Amino acid sequence: MFLCCSLRSFGCSAEVEETLKRIQGQKGVQGIIIVNSEGIPIKTTLDNSSTVQYAGLIHQLVMKARSTIRDMDPQNDLTFLRVRSKKNEIMIAPDKDYFLIVIQNPSD
Amino acid sequence: MEIVHVYTKLRGEFGRQCLFSDRPAELMVDIPADPSLALQFIQKTPRDQALQACRDMSEHQVNTERFESESCGINHVQGGWPKDVDPEEMEQTIRFRKKVEKDESYVNSILQLGSVMEHCIRQNNAVDIYQEYFEKEEEVEESQEPPSAKTINIFRDPNEVKRTVTGLSWHPDCGRKLAAAYSCLDFQKTNKDMSLDSYIWDVENPNRPEMTLKPASPLVCLDYNPKDSHTLVGGSYNGQIAYWDTRRGSQPVELSSLEQSHRDPVYKIIWLQSKTGTDAFSASTDGQVLWWDVRKLNEPTERLVLDPGREGNLDRALGAISLEFEPTMPTKFMVGTEQGVVVSCNRKAKTPSEKIVCTYDGHHGPVYALQRNPFFPKNFLTVGDWTARIWSEDIKESSIMWTKYQMSYLMDACWSPVRPSVFFTVKTDGVLDVWDVLFKQNEPTLRLKVCDKALYSLRVQDNGRLVACGSKQGEATLLEICSGLSTIQKNEKSLLAAMFERETKREKILEARQREIRLKERSRSEQSREEEAGRGDGEESPDQLIARAEKDFYSLVETELRRREDETQQEKGVCEEKEVKDEAETSETLQ
Repeated sequence: MFLCCSLRSFGCSAEVEETLKRIQGQKGVQGIIIVNSEGIPIKTTLDNSSTVQYAGLIHQLVMKARSTIRDMDPQNDLTFLRVRSKKNEIMIAPDKDYFLIVIQNPSD
Repeated sequence: MEIVHVYTKLRGEFGRQCLFSDRPAELMVDIPADPSLALQFIQKTPRDQALQACRDMSEHQVNTERFESESCGINHVQGGWPKDVDPEEMEQTIRFRKKVEKDESYVNSILQLGSVMEHCIRQNNAVDIYQEYFEKEEEVEESQEPPSAKTINIFRDPNEVKRTVTGLSWHPDCGRKLAAAYSCLDFQKTNKDMSLDSYIWDVENPNRPEMTLKPASPLVCLDYNPKDSHTLVGGSYNGQIAYWDTRRGSQPVELSSLEQSHRDPVYKIIWLQSKTGTDAFSASTDGQVLWWDVRKLNEPTERLVLDPGREGNLDRALGAISLEFEPTMPTKFMVGTEQGVVVSCNRKAKTPSEKIVCTYDGHHGPVYALQRNPFFPKNFLTVGDWTARIWSEDIKESSIMWTKYQMSYLMDACWSPVRPSVFFTVKTDGVLDVWDVLFKQNEPTLRLKVCDKALYSLRVQDNGRLVACGSKQGEATLLEICSGLSTIQKNEKSLLAAMFERETKREKILEARQREIRLKERSRSEQSREEEAGRGDGEESPDQLIARAEKDFYSLVETELRRREDETQQEKGVCEEKEVKDEAETSETLQ
């Protein structure tokens, strides 16, 4: 049982790596950051200073967006957040404990 | 004379305590008054001398620079690490991260989020959902904000006796300084204590003028030299012209001689464009326009008498009250007169009679302001009596556009240097009007009540945003116009050109019609005059007309007086009758 669990978690960890690699390989993707609910960046493909900046700022943004949605309708919840800017697009997929942030530059 | 008092004391009594006692007063010395000594002194009638023992105080003014503040947020980073992990330590953070990555919930959530994310990424790559579809269309920028203006500063006359701000001139480079001429234009009402000074103000400091100009007689107008920003020329109340150099102090560097100057106050003086940059010309109500070279102010270089009969006759000359000069047309200039006539002149004419080219008759009162449109020099703006009129040079009979009669007298006007369809006027009820001809013709676009007293003068700065206006109480107010009225709109020039052309054509057609009608009448009257050849002179000279008018007037007055006398007589008669009747009644009742 124990072995099975650990194998599974080991295997799943590899799946995570594979997913992230796939995302990274998509056209226009500039960087990926995974942030936990405390605002600590767990995994990142960008340099440290940008990561820290993104993590801190986006964390606050997601909290605000989520509270906005829930204030309007307590049954509702935030599922995805896209921030489009002149230079690129920041996509944030929030979860209960973690967020996944991807910065993409749709060059078309 | 020595005064000596002697007293004696026994030796044995030395050292004894003093016993004081009262004694009546004794006259010791009597010095009689010696009137001859008074001759050495000058008597001063009772003087009031105030003394005060207190600290020396001094007064200073401080004007702070505008304090600019900005609000911005602070980014707070590196928070949230648990207590046992030190963010600086690489090892600890890596260990923490690895621990989180092994967590099952982490794996699950990341897988799920990853799939959602991929969907969106692919969507982005497939179609640009934020593509601008209508980029090529022109942006119709309509400034929805209503026109407005705000007062920035008020420069008050520091003297006790307030004088009118009769002339204003902006410093030619970027307009940081404003020169204002102060004088009292009321006829013979000048206060003896009135100060003669005029001031140059720094726009940022309304507390104290930057420089004082001390002429011999109050200045009615002044002008900065557009080529040399240190020199100014001013026309004064007694007709003299004065020339200042701000580097050399408050006294005029040169003053024109009294015999050769104007005989009336100089109402306008303008610098000319010349190679030496030292020529100016001035106009006054004595009917002359004089040209000066500021290096030699003892006599004018040229003289022109505004005689409509073109004979140089000073008795019939029109008094000039405003001047106009456009640097792009250096040989032509225009003069606005007290009689309501605008005279257009050519400086380079060969004979003096040809100097006056033509006249435009339109106002009922003095033409207080005259200016060509900086974008359309063929059209000019005049202000006088209760209207403002726009003229075209080609139409001499009447103006092509005019405002309706306002409630109070218009004193000054000028075009905006950046927008061809905007002009400003000031009135004697203290109102500054901003007119935008393309927007509204029958009403000003913006009406601002600047102060309670009459406004006398107005000047727009070259950037078109700052406007200075001067009032009767010596206040010069600086206003900033909103950007909608000081930035040129699209197609403005072409629209305005079309408007001017249209109005000019209309006037031309009207003029042609008038001429036709007059021709017809003249031919008809000539025919009728031939028929009545024996009848006496058809035209009366002006004197005869005046005599006839006087006779009519006096006969009318006499008949009116007689009628009134008859009326009072009748009334008196009625009263008397009534009194008699009353008396009779009362006597009856008594009985």
